[in-house]
Amino acid sequence: MKEYVMGNGAIAYGALKAGVNLVSGYPGTPSSEIVETVAKAKPEGVHVEWSVNEKAAMEVAAAAAYSGARTLVTMKQVGLNVASDPLMSLAYVGVKGGMVVVSADDPGPISSQTEQDTRRFAEFARIPVFDPSSPEEAYEMIQDAYECSEKYATPVLFRPTTRVDHAYAAIDRPEKFEPNRVSGFIKNSKKWVIFPRLSFANHAMIEKRNVEIGEEFSSYRFNTVEGGNSKKAVVASGISYAYAKEFLEDYPDVKLIRIGTPYPFPESFVKKALEGVTEVLSLEELSPYNEEQIARLCGRNGIVLTIRGKLTGDVPASGELSTNLIAGILRKYLELPGEASEIDVSDAPELPVRPPVLCAGCPHRASFYAVKKAMKGRNCYFCGDIGCYTLGNAMPLDMCDTCLCMGAGITMAQGFTWMDKEGIGFAFVGDSTFFASGMTGVVNAVYNNANMILCVLDNSTTAMTGHQPHPGTGRNMMGDIVEKVDIASVLTGIGVSKVVTVDPLNLNEAMGAVRMCADLPGVKAIIFKSPCVAISKPVGKCHITGGCLNCGKCIKEIGCPGLIRVNGRVTIDPNLCTGCGLCSQICPVDAIQEVTQ
Amino acid sequence: MKKDILICGVGGQGTVLASKIIAASAMEAGDLVHSAETIGMAQRGGPVTSHVRIGEEAYSPLIPFGSADMILSFEPAEAVRNLRYLKPDGIVIVNSVPVKPVTESLMPTGYDGTEMIAYLKKKCTCIVVDGEALCRPFGSSRYFNIAILGVAAASGRLGIAKEIILREIERRVPAKYLEANKAAFQAGAEIGAQYEVK
Ligand code: SF4
Ligand code: SF4
Repeated sequence: MKEYVMGNGAIAYGALKAGVNLVSGYPGTPSSEIVETVAKAKPEGVHVEWSVNEKAAMEVAAAAAYSGARTLVTMKQVGLNVASDPLMSLAYVGVKGGMVVVSADDPGPISSQTEQDTRRFAEFARIPVFDPSSPEEAYEMIQDAYECSEKYATPVLFRPTTRVDHAYAAIDRPEKFEPNRVSGFIKNSKKWVIFPRLSFANHAMIEKRNVEIGEEFSSYRFNTVEGGNSKKAVVASGISYAYAKEFLEDYPDVKLIRIGTPYPFPESFVKKALEGVTEVLSLEELSPYNEEQIARLCGRNGIVLTIRGKLTGDVPASGELSTNLIAGILRKYLELPGEASEIDVSDAPELPVRPPVLCAGCPHRASFYAVKKAMKGRNCYFCGDIGCYTLGNAMPLDMCDTCLCMGAGITMAQGFTWMDKEGIGFAFVGDSTFFASGMTGVVNAVYNNANMILCVLDNSTTAMTGHQPHPGTGRNMMGDIVEKVDIASVLTGIGVSKVVTVDPLNLNEAMGAVRMCADLPGVKAIIFKSPCVAISKPVGKCHITGGCLNCGKCIKEIGCPGLIRVNGRVTIDPNLCTGCGLCSQICPVDAIQEVTQ
Repeated sequence: MKKDILICGVGGQGTVLASKIIAASAMEAGDLVHSAETIGMAQRGGPVTSHVRIGEEAYSPLIPFGSADMILSFEPAEAVRNLRYLKPDGIVIVNSVPVKPVTESLMPTGYDGTEMIAYLKKKCTCIVVDGEALCRPFGSSRYFNIAILGVAAASGRLGIAKEIILREIERRVPAKYLEANKAAFQAGAEIGAQYEVK
């Protein structure tokens, strides 16, 4: 049956068609829809889970792969950093069943902290990587990835980028999926227990094997040469290949070399494709990976060739590419006359900027405001983290001094106060991030006698990436009702000296808790508990009554998008207001009231 | 058929449904379709775009500058933001009702859309639709995404028959809202028909 799906859906269906038995992952844009598509397809006999973080996902899948199962692990590129510990070792140990690790790269970056390149990671870990250029190709390619993984008994990386993950195309997929038969784990400590001797032996084996895989990839169906026998060639991979192909439709003489398997680099294929070529341009995002591979290849083989790309400044060093950027680069490279005809917009009026903000009624706004008010005038460090609440950095809240990576706020709050003993260190962390990588940081604080206040912004979901369940929600990916992991009990168990739970929408109560904790020594925690407004029913609506002074304090203090000015008067937009009541607790004359039905 | 259609607006206006209906209708009509949505961080109150590419020649999911046959804009400034994508002889169908930035009350810009509409009229062929007036009989601006499809279909520039689009609407809209949506589509079609190119 044909289905019009997102690239991530195509990846999921490809894995299911390959008979995948276990799917695990941690949400992260642009990868999240892969696990969701599998869960929605409800394939019988397939275990699907959101793991607590990427490392856990990798290890769960590794054991299943040791047992002969085909497994799929999904994450975004920075998630691969978290999972790199098991992956690096797993590369030495190997697997039995096919194991494909999807790490979605995010050129731009559009919604990530870094512009890292998973192809580099593959080279670093010495394992194969596949690089699809469209949803259709991703569907086919991931099935090949399973074959490759099983043939060479190694985990394999699969790296789509945002534009492939989020593109839609029609995929012809089977109606029903059959998982593979799992042969079972065969104990053998010489094989499955990693020791220095084993690593030494396997390292040599891996290097030898990778040469073989590079040879095999040299005749792989998605490493292709198109166009004529021009002296100037173009090398591209991933979505850059799609952009280049589209532009080169009008210039069929130009040789276009596409690399679908960046590591092990298909050397003999590229060598052959470059015969008769004097100059090559490498079009790729993130890092000059292919460009450097070609330079090495030429050096080793005494090939004289001018290689252009990021290193020569012909291709931008950072940011994503586009058909337009590539058209400009290719025009220059091929010395083509003329520009594309397009409307000149250089005289356009100034466009309104639409920065991302916390939603109207978002409980995070109330939590940040309570801490800000309660700590006014005091020397504080506000350490943020990864999630919607990073937006707490925006004016007028201005409550996020740092943001580094998942869970870092908790440990950074400790570091700041070791250097400034008078300072009060606050860490703001969401519930999902707390489970993913916050708990060890709290243990560190208790163990090392730190002084800090942990603020858990518990909205009962993973909001930023599309509302996935997590250990605290009492629901898992298979839709089962499970035991909730209670954050307060976890913290008490770790030995946090004071744990209070407050409703952030009750401003006085929340401020009271903050003040009390600020004056206690040791590690304290405040759980600000209130559901995400994007998934809960609004409690009501507020409106502004005749008593309003039009002073604008409500707007200036909290910046809720529900508070607007209409003809100069402060008003509440009934389409946005959720009736959270935060503004009504700020108004000096009690002019904001709940609308009574 | 080869057609590139860009749909743009602000998060929450229902642009995604409009793009899905166009894509599905084109497939129903037997064409190869690719599309892309901006999702993720950009979605919260921010500008959103959907690229729908119909035909064999489209390899990339994103429309290059200067190639869109049609821009359907749910908001005046968003049409201007994406104008570079339009073919010089393409057409813009734009809602004249502005959406102020959510930060407007904190940092007033005085933006009201009129300057954008004037600029669009100067730069390209466009059909300006007063979304508020168009949607008034249905009691909510939510119906604009279907109404604008009516305008596009009846203008003759979309290249997909009205009946096919209506069938897709029937398939995708909950029964409860179907009659109102069909009426909104019809109301849009009446506007589009005034501009019809044969
Ligand atoms: S009650 Fe006030 S703060 Fe809360 S959503 Fe409505 S306008 Fe915003
Ligand atoms: S704080 Fe109260 S009095 Fe001042 S503008 Fe807002 S509603 Fe009116």
